[in-house]
Amino acid sequence: MTTTPLRTSHTTDHLDLLESHAIFILREVVAECERPVLLFSGGKDSAVLLHLAVKAFAPQQLPFPVMHIDTGQNFPEVIAFRDATVERVGARLVVAKVQDSIDQGKVVDPGFMGSRNRLQTVTLLDAINDNNFDAAFGGARRDEDKARAKERILSFRDTFGQWDPRKQRPELWQLYQGKVNAGEHVRAFPLSDWTELDVWQYIERENMALPAIYFAHDRDVVLRDGMYLAIGPFVEPRESETVERRTVRFRTVGDANCTGAVLSRASTLSAIIDEVALANVSERGATRADDKFSETAMEDRKREGYF
Amino acid sequence: MKLATKDLLRLATIGSVDDGKSTLIGRLLVDTRQLFDDQLDAIAEASEKRGVGDLDLSFVTDGLRAEREQGITIDVAYRYATTPTRKFIIADCPGHVQYTSNMATGASTADLALVVLDVASGLKEQTRRHLCIAALLGVRSIIVAVNKMDAVDWSQLAFDRVVDEIVTLARELDFTSVSIIPVSALLGDNVVESSSNLPWYDGPTVLDALESSEAGAWEHTATQGARLPIQWVLRQPGGGRTYAGMVNGDTMHVGDRVTLLPANVETTITSLHFGGDEISEATVGLAADVGLAAETNAGRGDLIATAPLPTVSNELKTTICWFGEKPLVVGQRLRLKHTSKVTPVRVKIINGVIDIAKLDIDDSTMLNTNDIGLATLQTAELLVVDDYRVNRVTGSFVLIDEATNATVAAGMVGHASFL
Repeated sequence: MTTTPLRTSHTTDHLDLLESHAIFILREVVAECERPVLLFSGGKDSAVLLHLAVKAFAPQQLPFPVMHIDTGQNFPEVIAFRDATVERVGARLVVAKVQDSIDQGKVVDPGFMGSRNRLQTVTLLDAINDNNFDAAFGGARRDEDKARAKERILSFRDTFGQWDPRKQRPELWQLYQGKVNAGEHVRAFPLSDWTELDVWQYIERENMALPAIYFAHDRDVVLRDGMYLAIGPFVEPRESETVERRTVRFRTVGDANCTGAVLSRASTLSAIIDEVALANVSERGATRADDKFSETAMEDRKREGYF
Repeated sequence: MKLATKDLLRLATIGSVDDGKSTLIGRLLVDTRQLFDDQLDAIAEASEKRGVGDLDLSFVTDGLRAEREQGITIDVAYRYATTPTRKFIIADCPGHVQYTSNMATGASTADLALVVLDVASGLKEQTRRHLCIAALLGVRSIIVAVNKMDAVDWSQLAFDRVVDEIVTLARELDFTSVSIIPVSALLGDNVVESSSNLPWYDGPTVLDALESSEAGAWEHTATQGARLPIQWVLRQPGGGRTYAGMVNGDTMHVGDRVTLLPANVETTITSLHFGGDEISEATVGLAADVGLAAETNAGRGDLIATAPLPTVSNELKTTICWFGEKPLVVGQRLRLKHTSKVTPVRVKIINGVIDIAKLDIDDSTMLNTNDIGLATLQTAELLVVDDYRVNRVTGSFVLIDEATNATVAAGMVGHASFL
């Protein structure tokens, strides 16, 4: 028998505590709920979440499927990473497509270049209903947004999928309780207490793979509303705009037509960690057009059932 | 640049409404440069729109629309701060009595309470209530920010008067570490920067006090025996089983003699794993899995323990913070969640409600919303418990409404010595 002592068997640092807390939450929800699912976009946070889920149930297979809400406006590198990762961990992938919600007439196609961000909520709630999921794990973190900062780790959703910030269940100690009645569900956020920097430090420590677009590369971009958007199938330059070749990376991964790139030469994890530690703009502020609509954009979307 | 290994300190702000909790946290985050430029810009814009000055610091944590409209905190906001050696998880709790359950949510995992009070009004009843709840929840260290010193002309006399009140109450509630600091959250005096307006004070700032407080007090309150409540059973290749759960109380090692409860089977730890890798010991707070020598039918809700062993019982003497809308009465049936076990429970006796002003027990036989009382509970299944003051994990439980699944009470096994 070979025994590998934990690197942290004597001192426990903040990453160890965050990691074990997340694993505890994953196990607790799986034990209490009938049909959990893990929301996996291929972004860094959901990659960390899936990595933790594999650890929580090793050496067994994941006791739940993973689901991607596909807006159809993805970066191809991210979809490739999604498929490779799901295959590597042997998970079952459910893909719910916003295009299907559009085809069924449930939401209106915003047209070419229009944001499908808000439409995802309908697709997500339908997929939760159709599959009878009663718990959905998400990689959201409280440091991302002021409405998320208010949300419980296990966040109750009524039969309409709504979050009511005035009626949250008290969440005492580590006694997470995920019991719901038929048609209701909980969202579970094991990374609630992680910051962007914690996520990157953990990715480095665990030597995790990520989509290539997180690392610095040369790309054709246009500057629009203060953000560099990548020219591609979902973004075409407007008449007044000049296409530039810049060295960029993505700090977050959302839809290709509303996720901005940041100018960066950080091509390794340690360079990214240095960059994140010194950043003076938040990751959503730097890169997400969808959060700039109003003061309470995230709260409003969450109330409707958004991630 | 190599980022140093950090420890983790969890703190909750407590105190009455309008004494400046959110403003203090806002000031702390702004002056330690934890906020990004775009976040500061958004707060400045929102402040201007609502006509509350250049930068309303309370907007840093009061992120909901209703909170900004009403100028109050409704639910806990979690914020994060880092210094070179420490990560802080800050739970900014609401002050209103109607949101006491949210305050208890924030304080239940805190190593330390940051108490904020207005120097002009001193210890209000709501501040006493919060301090009492924090003490019951096992918080042993408090930092008291005596706020709005600018409004009393930085008067040492006004400060000293409040200090006497705090010291008296802190002694009654058995807090072991108490720092009392005169501050102005609005102007920033003694929050991060020392104040030149308070020449008579030469103690620490709030940040100094936070940096020198003991981290991890929450996890390490337990002093007796290792405990692992089983969450999930994992099948190992080759046919064996391991039992997954978070270790608390003490480190577990391969070879330790343990008892599986409530079955009362004595056996030995044959293996420890983390994330599929074998390890030789599992420290407090690790989500590990354990292999046992004995063939057992152990499962979720059972507990693996080293001596001294916890108590096995279906009748518990408890302290209860009641959040239900209707009163809790004798004979009432609910569901109880303790560690990984859920069981039906009935209220056998209500032994009285805590009088916050006198810190003693009256002879009430029901608990109204936000009352804290003593009750004897009878559970359908056997529970494996420690007194809450010995172990916060095996000593705590919640009560759940059977119809709505809402959490309606926070419960602790045993009762505090000051009662």
